[in-house]
Amino acid sequence: MLGLTKKDFGLLLIVAVLVIAAPILLNPFPVDSSMAQFNAGYPDLMQRFVIFGIFAIGFNILFGLTGYLSFGHAAFLGCGSYAGMWMLKLLSINVIPAIIFSVIIAGILSLAIGWISLRRSGIYFSILTLAFAQMAFSLAASVLTPITGGETGLQTSLSDPRILPEFLGGGSSDGGNIPKPSLFGIEMGASWDVAVGPWLWTFNWGYYIAGIVMLISFYIAIRLFRSPFGLMLKAVKSNQHRMSYTGLNTKPYMLACFVISGMFAGLAGGLMAAMDPQVGAERMQWTASGEVVLMTILGGAGTLIGPVLGAGLIKYFENIFSKINKATLEGWFAFMPDGMSDFFVTIVYPFVGKGWHLTLGLMFMAVIIFLPGGLVELGQRFGRLFKRKSATPAGETTPAE
Amino acid sequence: MDQIILQILNGLDKGSAYALIALGLTLIFGTLGVVNFAHGALFMLGAFCAVVLSRLLSWSHTVVDETRTDFLGNPLKVEVPYVYDIFGEATGAAIIDWAVPLAILFSIPIMVLIGVIMERGLIKHFYKRAHADQILVTFGLAIVLQEVIKYYFGASQIPTPAPEAFVGSFDFGAAVGLDANKIIYPYWRIVYFCFAMVVIAAVFAFLQFTTFGMVVRAGMADRETVQLLGIDIDKRFTLMFGIAAAVAGLAGVMYTPILAPNYHMGMDFLVISFVVVVVGGMGSLPGAVLAGFVLGILESFASMREVIEFLPGINQVVIYLAAILILLTRPRGLMGRKGVMED
Repeated sequence: MLGLTKKDFGLLLIVAVLVIAAPILLNPFPVDSSMAQFNAGYPDLMQRFVIFGIFAIGFNILFGLTGYLSFGHAAFLGCGSYAGMWMLKLLSINVIPAIIFSVIIAGILSLAIGWISLRRSGIYFSILTLAFAQMAFSLAASVLTPITGGETGLQTSLSDPRILPEFLGGGSSDGGNIPKPSLFGIEMGASWDVAVGPWLWTFNWGYYIAGIVMLISFYIAIRLFRSPFGLMLKAVKSNQHRMSYTGLNTKPYMLACFVISGMFAGLAGGLMAAMDPQVGAERMQWTASGEVVLMTILGGAGTLIGPVLGAGLIKYFENIFSKINKATLEGWFAFMPDGMSDFFVTIVYPFVGKGWHLTLGLMFMAVIIFLPGGLVELGQRFGRLFKRKSATPAGETTPAE
Repeated sequence: MDQIILQILNGLDKGSAYALIALGLTLIFGTLGVVNFAHGALFMLGAFCAVVLSRLLSWSHTVVDETRTDFLGNPLKVEVPYVYDIFGEATGAAIIDWAVPLAILFSIPIMVLIGVIMERGLIKHFYKRAHADQILVTFGLAIVLQEVIKYYFGASQIPTPAPEAFVGSFDFGAAVGLDANKIIYPYWRIVYFCFAMVVIAAVFAFLQFTTFGMVVRAGMADRETVQLLGIDIDKRFTLMFGIAAAVAGLAGVMYTPILAPNYHMGMDFLVISFVVVVVGGMGSLPGAVLAGFVLGILESFASMREVIEFLPGINQVVIYLAAILILLTRPRGLMGRKGVMED
């Protein structure tokens, strides 16, 4: 269906169901329970889940397929955000031109950077992308201040021109309020609450719009992975020299892949600006590029679903896991005898709450060392444990190298 | 003329730090063939060695001073560092004052140990894997080290001053016969530059004039043949990793008075030091040192007012620009050997 094999279509369907049901699934705790603070189903965070999912899917198209490790992808994300913001300011508060334009601009930037960086491979490619991204970050924070707002960043304001007519969703500033980004009148921040028993679920327009964009991106990624183009890229990954010997110029394929990957990052950036209309230069810093690397590897580079899982996991850690404090821990270990609970709290405390980065770093290292296929490989290994032995060798799926 | 000398001097201290870190990185790459993204973290650990030592030295106990009273009329409680009890007050105070230089001695064994543990515990398992995997696992390690430091020392900067004797500046212009008060240069930066030169010279002398160094150089050139001669090259390479870690650590120790250490200083230096290594040529020790100084001086020239007026923002990007230009026109870097990481 949709040009996918049965298995891929099933995967797409599962992701679609997860995206649609996320506001319910992520709020497993009743509102007034003590665990309510660990509910992840609030709009802001859910939006981030899917947007970083798109970012990671895009990064995976480059790294997973070709093995080229870019340490500069945040530049495309930031550039997309700036482009989107300018469209929101100049054209219309409607998010559609913003998103389209952010993809185009990020595509152009990635074409320029990719054209130069792809002349080298391996560590040199990583360093080149890193250098370009750092340049973009430094310039955005200093000289390009008229365009980027420098250190304070870029926001929508009352005095923005917004030249498109209002029926296109232009959004007026008559009321004296800065109009919020919207899709033909539907505000991104608008949401409605549904209370079922003690549970409260928030369904948010912005989240669903971003979610649909993510599903489309995911679909494109599947098609790309299964296409002759994707196979060509995998061939480049396994042996670029041999590809050249067969008389094939790999450069156009690599460049196309890099640009597509950059456009995904730009799309994520544009969506980010659309959901929360403010951009700062820190979005382009190399640590942000490092984050998407972490997401993709943690989830499983080269697999389809891995990057999305990784993005979700890291954002969950950043926003929810980091809330665990000493008091919460003491509550959890209260069933133990006094001395023992103190001992466990002391042991566990450095790894949770503000120390979430430490846990993340350790997990990341563990994945690199033991599970090159990331969480997806972990899942597959568990799956194999429970399957009957005879079924394993034939049905085994390897995460694309 | 004054301006040019001043900018060169300004570039030297940053250049020394770049050169030292890049030297360590290149040692690791040249011997073990591993791209170590945790090298910035080693620099940071060195800086925190200085912090730890200065805290250890000022570790004190409370003594009741009967001769003085506080505002309530009770005998005054004074914090007396243990060093005062051991060495007497004058010597004790001097020792605390000289904590940063003393930390050089303190940090070498610690850093070598950390390096050896790192190599044996983690890096060893990554020789046969792709460079991307090496980058990623050491990047993960850098995050972990940084977070451990953050947990114990907090997120804020920890000022660690230089000894009293080196506070203040030195009129360089007057000393070399130019106009006075034109070229003012802090003492500590001169110390840092000299220190860096000594360390660099020591590393080169070690590699050039000792048997150990000779074997290591032979191993860098042709590992298999050296092994066939019955030499346990792995053991020596492990020690070289420790030495490289110590070089990075020393760069960090002495840098603390210039930049108060914080947990992410390693990451800040990491990016630039990689650029330096690549510009110098992967695997070339003199290249790393040369590129370190060249880029440091280039950066300080680019931040001159006249240059910025002409090319706004150039001071922020000049290093990366130089790296991109060199990588594209001279794939081996300034002094890279033929055949080393040349794809």
